[in-house]
Amino acid sequence: MGELKLMKGNEALAEALIRSGCDGYFGYPITPQSEVIEYLSREATARTGMVVLQAESEVASINMIYGAAATGRRVATTSSSPGISLMQEGISYIAGAELPCLVVNVVRGGPGLGTIQPSQADYFQATKGGGHGDYHLLVLAPYNVQEMVDFVKLGFELGEKYRNPVMILADGAMGQMMEKVELFEQQTRKTSFADWATNGKPKDKERRIITSLFIEPERMEQVNLNLQAKYKAMQENEVRYQTMNTDDAEYILTGFGLGSRIAMKVMELAREKGIKVGLIRPQTVYPFPYQVYKDIAPKVKGILDIEMNAGQMVEDVRLAVGDKTRVEFYGRMGGIIAEPDEVFNYFEKVFLGDK
Amino acid sequence: MTNPISINEVPVNPEIIQDEYLIYKKPSTLTDKPFHYCPGCGHSTVHKLLMELVEEIGIQSDIIGVAPVGCSVFAYDYMDIDMQEAAHGRALAVATGVRRMLPDKYVFTYQGDGDLAAIGTAETIHAANRGENILCIFINNGVYGMTSGQMAPTTLAGMVSTTSPFGRDVKTQGYPLKIGELLSLLPGVAYVTRQSVHTPTNVRKTKKALKQALEYQKQGLGFCMVEVVSNCPSNWKMTPLESLKFVEEKMIPFYPLGDLKVPGGK
Repeated sequence: MGELKLMKGNEALAEALIRSGCDGYFGYPITPQSEVIEYLSREATARTGMVVLQAESEVASINMIYGAAATGRRVATTSSSPGISLMQEGISYIAGAELPCLVVNVVRGGPGLGTIQPSQADYFQATKGGGHGDYHLLVLAPYNVQEMVDFVKLGFELGEKYRNPVMILADGAMGQMMEKVELFEQQTRKTSFADWATNGKPKDKERRIITSLFIEPERMEQVNLNLQAKYKAMQENEVRYQTMNTDDAEYILTGFGLGSRIAMKVMELAREKGIKVGLIRPQTVYPFPYQVYKDIAPKVKGILDIEMNAGQMVEDVRLAVGDKTRVEFYGRMGGIIAEPDEVFNYFEKVFLGDK
Repeated sequence: MTNPISINEVPVNPEIIQDEYLIYKKPSTLTDKPFHYCPGCGHSTVHKLLMELVEEIGIQSDIIGVAPVGCSVFAYDYMDIDMQEAAHGRALAVATGVRRMLPDKYVFTYQGDGDLAAIGTAETIHAANRGENILCIFINNGVYGMTSGQMAPTTLAGMVSTTSPFGRDVKTQGYPLKIGELLSLLPGVAYVTRQSVHTPTNVRKTKKALKQALEYQKQGLGFCMVEVVSNCPSNWKMTPLESLKFVEEKMIPFYPLGDLKVPGGK
């Protein structure tokens, strides 16, 4: 059993960065995640020698990540929605140059400057691109503070396995709330680095070039084909999700992160009333667990998807189930978190009819 | 027109190929790939000077370069060292990431005026202000070369470009930016010098400045910038010779050569 602590999500994530042997953090303050850079500034360098640098902008911080990741080191940045928008150029280059790194989005309400309250409105941006070109991040969606910790370690491992940027798609609630967490042991920082890393040309070996520029179309297409093969491998090997009470379920509630927490409470309310409700919670939203929805669709009367946005993941759910079952959506926007009661009322209304 | 003959086909007397007769050679740190630069362009000269220094100082395994977006976007094709290609304007942020991960290596960026002084101004000023121990090589030819001749922040007043076809009007298009002078005001900056490669003498001075900057980096003195006032015959619509004359008569009077800041103050 690892060390148990009561921690705020952002601070737990920062602690996990230190413990995962992260070599460098480059970030810029933005609510609701500034505790990450504050915590790291206090703790990290003295404990592990990790570099912590406050950049002049998110544009700069993501490009510092590019340069640092290209040396083969473990590096991370965190931000919130408007800052993540600024990073999209750099993320596209990082994906194109196939550099592993961790990018955390503690999502707040948008569009524009929006609000500092929790939201899930960046699902499309995180899972469908965001920047230019055909690329994907591997996207992990934590639903509690424990996963804010566990996904840091997992995220670094998956990023390095696939040479791909990994995003933790959290939200303001995950960042700000306090929960009990079990922390993993301190990992030592790496001392040997991948062959592709630009650390100084090894004597008698070819130089290494980190680039996303391939001016010949044939070469550029091949690079794209290689990326697509990598994404296919992620789809085959890295889909992660949790199911609850699906065996006897007549209805399925679903959602990621904060939405899935609300769904869990709604499921309890329904079960108390004898309604057989189960739950599916994607932990990876890219790659998305299409198959689990596809398999369950013919066995249930309907699926209700709950998100703190206008309906984004629901498009993937609908893609998975086709016309095999009804898919309904309940969302709140602008930083409002849906109450379990209101969701349950909506569930009753759409699936059980007015009584 | 006859095909040019390859260098390998030039008849030579094997007896004269001896070390004692060698007066000039391509540094081993430059690859064999022919430069894509236009005839007469200063980029090739600066590439060669830098790679000569890498060879002479013996730091081929200890230096990481960051290429920009612009004409020198393919710098990594020619420099036989580990290199990274940055997004437009972001080279000094990328180099900051490298520098912070590899405190014991040499790190440089190679950037043009559009990259460094327009889209990348924030990254430039803040990397300099943090005193990042990085060598920034800044090629200033007053024009966007790669996109074929648009106005740059450094385009001289009245100078014609494809986006200032009647000459740069400073009232509506702003003034040419002296980034070297700007950076020399920052305490984190150790060394700023402005050189040129339009005459053999100036080429030698530029090499000396680059060597000095690498020495300062070794000493950990902070941010160094070697600005090279250069030419762009293709986009200036001039012959190489005319473009060198333009450097001498128009560019250098506005961008005077010499040290703008040296360690210990000037």
